[in-house]
Amino acid sequence: MNTTILLFLLQDGVTNGAVYALLGLALVLVFAVTRVILIPQGEFITFGALTYATLSAGNMPGTAKLAMAMGVVAFLFDLFTARRSLHGKLILRSAALNLLLPLAILGLTMALAGKGTPIAINIALSLLITAAIGLYLYRIAFQPLAHTSVLVLLIASVGSHLALQGFGLVFFGAEGLRGPTISDAAVTIGPLRFTGQSIAVYCITIALIVGLWLFFGYTLYGKALRATAVNRLGARLVGIRTSLSGRIAFLLASVIGAVSGILIVPMTTLYYDTGFLIGLKGFIAAIIGGLVSYPLTAIAALVVGTVEAFSSFYASNFKEVIVFTLILPVLVLRSLAAPAAEEEKD
Amino acid sequence: MMQRLPVLVFALLMAAIPFVPGVPPFWIVLLDNIGLAALVAMGLVLLTGVGGLTSFGQAAFCGFGAYTTAVLTTTYGFSPWLTLPASLLVAGVAAVLLGLVTVRLSGHYLPLGTIAWGISLYYLFGKLEFLGRNDGISGIPPLSIGTLRMLDPGTIYFVIWTAVILSAVLSMNLLDSRTGRAIRALRRGHIAAEAFGVRTARAKLMVFIYAAVLAGLSGWLYAHFQRAANPTPFGPQAGIEYLFIAVVGGAGYVWGGVLGAAIVIILKEALQSYLPMLFGGQGQLELIVFGVLLVLLLQLAPTGVWPWLMSIWPLKRRDTRPDTTPTLPARPAPPASDGPLLQVKAARKQFGGVIAVNDVSFDVGAREIVALIGPNGAGKSTTFNLITGVLHASGGNVAIRGRDLGNAPPQDIVGLGIARTFQHVKLVPDMTVLENVAIGAHLRGHAGAIASMLRLDRADEAKLLAEATRQIDRVGLGDQIHQLAGSLSLGQQRIVEIARALCVDPSLLLLDEPAAGLRHLEKQRLADLLRQLKGGGMSVLLVEHDMGFVMNLADRIVVLDFGTKIAEGTPSEIKANPDVIKAYLGAVA
Repeated sequence: MNTTILLFLLQDGVTNGAVYALLGLALVLVFAVTRVILIPQGEFITFGALTYATLSAGNMPGTAKLAMAMGVVAFLFDLFTARRSLHGKLILRSAALNLLLPLAILGLTMALAGKGTPIAINIALSLLITAAIGLYLYRIAFQPLAHTSVLVLLIASVGSHLALQGFGLVFFGAEGLRGPTISDAAVTIGPLRFTGQSIAVYCITIALIVGLWLFFGYTLYGKALRATAVNRLGARLVGIRTSLSGRIAFLLASVIGAVSGILIVPMTTLYYDTGFLIGLKGFIAAIIGGLVSYPLTAIAALVVGTVEAFSSFYASNFKEVIVFTLILPVLVLRSLAAPAAEEEKD
Repeated sequence: MMQRLPVLVFALLMAAIPFVPGVPPFWIVLLDNIGLAALVAMGLVLLTGVGGLTSFGQAAFCGFGAYTTAVLTTTYGFSPWLTLPASLLVAGVAAVLLGLVTVRLSGHYLPLGTIAWGISLYYLFGKLEFLGRNDGISGIPPLSIGTLRMLDPGTIYFVIWTAVILSAVLSMNLLDSRTGRAIRALRRGHIAAEAFGVRTARAKLMVFIYAAVLAGLSGWLYAHFQRAANPTPFGPQAGIEYLFIAVVGGAGYVWGGVLGAAIVIILKEALQSYLPMLFGGQGQLELIVFGVLLVLLLQLAPTGVWPWLMSIWPLKRRDTRPDTTPTLPARPAPPASDGPLLQVKAARKQFGGVIAVNDVSFDVGAREIVALIGPNGAGKSTTFNLITGVLHASGGNVAIRGRDLGNAPPQDIVGLGIARTFQHVKLVPDMTVLENVAIGAHLRGHAGAIASMLRLDRADEAKLLAEATRQIDRVGLGDQIHQLAGSLSLGQQRIVEIARALCVDPSLLLLDEPAAGLRHLEKQRLADLLRQLKGGGMSVLLVEHDMGFVMNLADRIVVLDFGTKIAEGTPSEIKANPDVIKAYLGAVA
């Protein structure tokens, strides 16, 4: 092995790993707050990426309509849940969040699609659309199940994944798409060439991690989310709406997923079902991090990315086998280190 | 026999379907697929619904079964029937290896771990040269009996459904047995099961292997049904779908697996054939509808369809009271000795900087009722956990009849005749009182899993149930014997725990707040029972806050405060002890 290859592989691994780190963080966040193992994370990636690619190609993405439709369903869910105590303020608030917001997004998308809008606007629109879908997904699929077991939530998560993946196929077709790069600039340091895209990946990953750290450490909502993660009942007793915490968690996760998708779609062709596998690699990182620790997850994600890069170079056939088997020794070590605690569950 | 009749009717019905004139051949294919999925789902019911271990990886075990027979029949020319044991063996061995890693995982690590190795194995199947890589292996010979070659779906139908019904019967037999009760107790955590001698890690591994072998059987049938094997049906999506089937049908019920398979497969088929008619052939609409229906179903019926169906079924099963004539051998009388039964010597337990139990020493003699009292947080329950092996002491030791327990696990300690109840009731709420109490006699039965499946355990089982019934009668809950433990009042649940502990045939009974939640008369009855047990030769160590109850009952009282023993003596001495009064009421002003 020569140093150049080693460096190349490392660079490749760190770039992939940075994306996995983002996904891993989102998974940890959602699990901690809502106990949902977020399998649709993969769909947030593809929705973000393919919406961006579709907009850049001058077409109207179907996801905007999906966000609208989900908003309507979420509104009906709100009405149904509050049917015994309906009052004007509640209806207005729900309508603003679930009807006006997606309507505005839809109108904006329809007005701008095909007008050759700059990349920044396309990115912003893609993020908005995916964020709205994430928000309504929680309201529709998970909020009614919030009190049930992790297993039921997990199955609901699988159901949402299947449905969203089906929508992905309807909206984007079976053909893969690529989006334009964020920046064409490139820097060469020694034998390594850093494209603007990979630099953007590093910067945005670091920015998001720092952002999350600030959010959780220094804002009231961030602290409320942490409180919900530690003890749902306790959080409710001190007046934190756990459904609000769940929405914020899903909102963050969908934005993070969309950002990751937009970051990778210029580097690799994404298909409607690619997100699942990418999301799963984020999972590996999250599991290694124990679904609780953010820094550990980020480090683990870099390891996953690097192992993937090296194994695709030396044993490309067994790349996925190696990456997914990586988790087993970690799990064994974890369970040896911390013997199973008593759990009361139904 | 009440249980057998519906199964027989169902078997005859399934056997008759292919002979009904006018049944489209396509229906038979559908039924074949339902049977194949039902086998895997049934394994998941035991593993996930009953045992509490969620696995997304069952499809991989189907793959082991299918590929084993594929390779052996095509490359080595074995006869298909000869490969059946090989397929089951490979699936079972794979389950042992993966299970040793997996069942140790706790909480959400476990399902995630199974996703990981499920995906890893899927890719492995698709990359290995001798498994035909992604194209898989084709040209697998059909099953044949004599000259009958089972080429069409109509003949292999009988093999598939025979396997389904046999497996269902074996699974139900297993659940309704000593081993089955141990498996059913797993979902509620380890501590209670282990306190009555269940080797939880072994029980988990066993049910994991059982589920894998059923999946392997399904894979073996699949390979000879399709006469080809490729990685797709053994991938993560399939694994998710099997779990989904189990949850839809009712993850806690063997027949829920079969029902779930029927619902899901027919639904998928209907969606695939009718949706394009309604909406044109655009995209994978069935995937969307399938996913949406799944989420909807969970919101409406999170426990699955089978329990709902059973609740509206007009014919209820009549429970018969077990015959109480068979008896279990009593614990051999210990050699007469002068020493105390239980000796706690300078026992100490530290959790980080907190000293929960601080060098506490006391004895419990034969035929003696000793009470351990003290304000909340005094270390009483921790002392119980040290004695029963749930926690290991940081210092000092605990000895039974002069024998140091060291770091013996709870299973060994209950074997010495030390039985306990819990401060926070640890019963399995969806098991009947009888079944819960019978767990107490776990170590006094001997039948294993295979004997239970084949119903060779009935003599052993009858003795266990008879003993459980006697103890339930003894504590006065004879009328509630077939009620679900979760439906009793908290006080009654505590009494059930005492009956369960009595099933151990203990020489020392440890009771953690037995009178909490009892009414006045119930307390009197409990006190009478404990005196009667003492008269029968048993010793009792109890933690209790009800001073009236303790003072009238105990021979001796040990008082703890902040982990330290502050007093010991007869009830009248304790009542007059200034330190005790200070601990309970604060310093006299």
